[in-house]
Amino acid sequence: MRQSETPLQSTTSSERNVGDVMLKLDNISLAFGGVKALTDISFDVREREIRAIIGPNGAGKSSMLNVINGVYRPQHGTIAFRGSVRHDMNTHDAAAHGIARTFQNIALFRGMSVLDNIMTGRNLKMKANFLEQAIWYGRARREEFANRLKVEEVIDFLEIQHIRKTPVGRLPYGLQKRVELARALAAEPSLLLLDEPMAGMNVEEKQDMCRFILDVNEQYGTTIVLIEHDMGVVMDISDRVVVLDYGKKIGDGSPDEIRSNQAVIDAYLGVAH
Amino acid sequence: MFYREAGQFKPTYDADSAIFPIRQDRIAMLIILGIAYVAIPLFASPYIFSAIMIPFLIGTLAAIGLNILTGYCGQLSLGTAAFMAVGAFASYNFMLRVPGMPILLAFAGGGLMAAGVGILFGLPSLRIRGFYLAVATLAAQFFILWFLSKVGWVSNYSSSGVITAQKIVILGYAFDTPPAKYLLVLSIVVVMALAAKNMARGNVGRSWMAVRDMDVAAEVIGIRLMRAKLLAFAVSSFYCGVAGALFAYAFLGTVEPEAYSLDLSFRILFMVIIGGVGTVLGSFLGAAFVTLLPVLLSVSVRFLDSSIGLHIPESAISNLELMVFGGLIIFFLIVEPHGLARLWQIGKEKLRLWPFPH
Amino acid sequence: MSFFLEVLIGGLLSGVMYSLVALGFVLIYKASGVFNFAQGAMVFFAALTFVGLLEKGLPFWLALPATLVVMVVLALVIERVVLRPLVNQPQITLFMATIGLAFFIEGLAQLIWGANVRGLDLGLQDEPLQWVSDQWGMSISKFDLAAAGVAAVLVTSLALFFNRTRIGRALRAVADDHQAALAVGIPLQQIWAIVWAVAGAVALVAGLLWGARNGVQFALTFVALKALPVLILGGFESIPGAIVGGLIIGATEKLAEVYLGPFVGGGIEGWFPYVLALAFLLIRPEGLFGEKIIRRI
Repeated sequence: MRQSETPLQSTTSSERNVGDVMLKLDNISLAFGGVKALTDISFDVREREIRAIIGPNGAGKSSMLNVINGVYRPQHGTIAFRGSVRHDMNTHDAAAHGIARTFQNIALFRGMSVLDNIMTGRNLKMKANFLEQAIWYGRARREEFANRLKVEEVIDFLEIQHIRKTPVGRLPYGLQKRVELARALAAEPSLLLLDEPMAGMNVEEKQDMCRFILDVNEQYGTTIVLIEHDMGVVMDISDRVVVLDYGKKIGDGSPDEIRSNQAVIDAYLGVAH
Repeated sequence: MFYREAGQFKPTYDADSAIFPIRQDRIAMLIILGIAYVAIPLFASPYIFSAIMIPFLIGTLAAIGLNILTGYCGQLSLGTAAFMAVGAFASYNFMLRVPGMPILLAFAGGGLMAAGVGILFGLPSLRIRGFYLAVATLAAQFFILWFLSKVGWVSNYSSSGVITAQKIVILGYAFDTPPAKYLLVLSIVVVMALAAKNMARGNVGRSWMAVRDMDVAAEVIGIRLMRAKLLAFAVSSFYCGVAGALFAYAFLGTVEPEAYSLDLSFRILFMVIIGGVGTVLGSFLGAAFVTLLPVLLSVSVRFLDSSIGLHIPESAISNLELMVFGGLIIFFLIVEPHGLARLWQIGKEKLRLWPFPH
Repeated sequence: MSFFLEVLIGGLLSGVMYSLVALGFVLIYKASGVFNFAQGAMVFFAALTFVGLLEKGLPFWLALPATLVVMVVLALVIERVVLRPLVNQPQITLFMATIGLAFFIEGLAQLIWGANVRGLDLGLQDEPLQWVSDQWGMSISKFDLAAAGVAAVLVTSLALFFNRTRIGRALRAVADDHQAALAVGIPLQQIWAIVWAVAGAVALVAGLLWGARNGVQFALTFVALKALPVLILGGFESIPGAIVGGLIIGATEKLAEVYLGPFVGGGIEGWFPYVLALAFLLIRPEGLFGEKIIRRI
């Protein structure tokens, strides 16, 4: 049970101190064989904002995140992250540049405990090589504990202390999602990509997750791009929204603008187009 | 009652992540080491050293090697014996051709050679997964053994193909009695097992497990798959190489390719499966099991013969062995896929509550 | 030139025999998703049981169906004791279980029948066809040709069975998705029993042919290991793939031994197929006929 029962307070863009453009996608097109997942998508994401991507199922939202973080290589288009422009990004570079993400179907490492899973999120921060680790005493040991400290901060932040030694396979769905978020946060990312972080949760869990997402943004200044189906959540917490349908962008603006956009309404109501 | 953790707090991360966090475990470990280093050399017969303890320890080392590759990193390998053979032959050649080579360095050199070969045969793992990779490791097994028997230089052009291993002499002291060999092997295994445990609980071990559990997610968080997999092959093959060298020098006394057949690869795989995939403790338990089982079988056969006159021919014993191993693999996979190590853990948890039921 | 042809044809024919063993693998994999490492042991067991029964005095025409019955019973036992408790486990667990099974069957076979090498006479001699030698100066074994014929018949009937009959369709459904197949009422356990029994029968045919050619001995189990490169080339799920793969492996193995072998001291038959399969995997990880695996994240 969360200690505070106050309703969700969403800070507005001005309070949130949204900054310059951090990520700029230009004319991204992605196809798998004959299937066009994304066609000519362009939008940007500003520092410290919360950007939502919405759209019907199969619209290409997850593919969009996969492009941003390097899992898919687009056939056309460029990605500019904090100034450096590239045609594609590979996953390692994305992680090294401070982009972290969660997945629609939980991608936790089932053979490990919660603590170990979150510690893997710190792997890029650990420099000791395997020989040093085999000896343990010295740099490897110091690094391990320094990183453990950071991980414990994330654990405290997400209130999962009681399950830190539990193997993740044994946890209920909602807690697994929280652990996945913890792993992403452990990397101290500048850009956090969340793929349906609230799918399958009840109202209480959703409120908790919303609160965590807002806290991450407020306390650490992390930019967040989030895919979400719950319109209430999207309208409440995001600064700007991108709407995708059949791989094309059909809307881009503030939640109020999107709410009254006819194309968006048509897409969701299923008018033939 | 005796296995309580009450009152044992872990105020530092160091204490929390220790290999033996519970005081009773530390005491037990000291006792075991005491038995291993003092009691056994004093009281055991040469038979126990040569037929049980030394093969058990060598098996443990090879099992740790295979566990690193298959258990922690999830790359199935059926070529363990081939890497052991590389270690043995490389050590032999180092001793033969480098004047004044210290034998421990030769063993390490054998391990490094094996690691190199391991990386080579591990390259396919970047494209191939699952049991396709197992077939690739079979290629390693058959090719390496063929190479070692065909290329004369490797066995110093020996006509019979069987070369005698050099004597183990360290700092002037000859390790040629069974207790001496046992203590040497024991020390090497303890050190290497400790190193393996350290790696397993560190970042590299976590990276391996991440690759095993979901390599796509591992990549996304920044783990380099190629580096992790090849490192697993390298470290695993190093362990197998040293084990192979010890097998030749401290057990067989000869260096021959036939000793490193596919059969040995399977034996080590059985140790890993029965003992518990992905644990160092499992390597010890599995090796003990696989080493002791044939001994137990022949003892029980002899007992049945003398007590109730049931005579089972010698030939049947080796077949029974095959059947029991096969049957036990299936049994463990059904009942406790995590092997003896998990059973041990469950036992310890029950012990914590003893004498209370829950 | 005719020597080359002779080696090639000899290789192709022995490749057919590899295909027979691979066929058993494919059947089981297609229908239950299990990679049956014990197929070789089953071949060995079948051959050994057959000659064992012959030695006990059973006439040929009785021993054959009796062995078939034994293989069917074996299949039923395997399904009940090994497969059923492991439903839904990851593939790798099932694979390791079949390794255990292989050892068990090998031990059992030798325990019951003893480990002596035995010959097996099927009435066909391993001699060259007279008219072929006269015409073209090549030695092509009568036996190998007959074996190829048997294999061809077997493969065609199995292919037809899988693609044209109702049971065949059920088997394909099971291979795709156990739970979905159960949901539409396909009796999973019966299907598995049938498949393993058929694989057992195929193992029997393979065992008889290989046993007649090389003698019935423990080394027969290594033949099965050779089937693995066949499967890699042909894909794990394709019956025609098993044939084509077998032909390729058989031919290249012989050709390599004859033409490359002398340069490196011979004996490369032992590893050449594996290295070939490995090289092939690097280019096409799913085999010639296999399906590309698509993973969604």
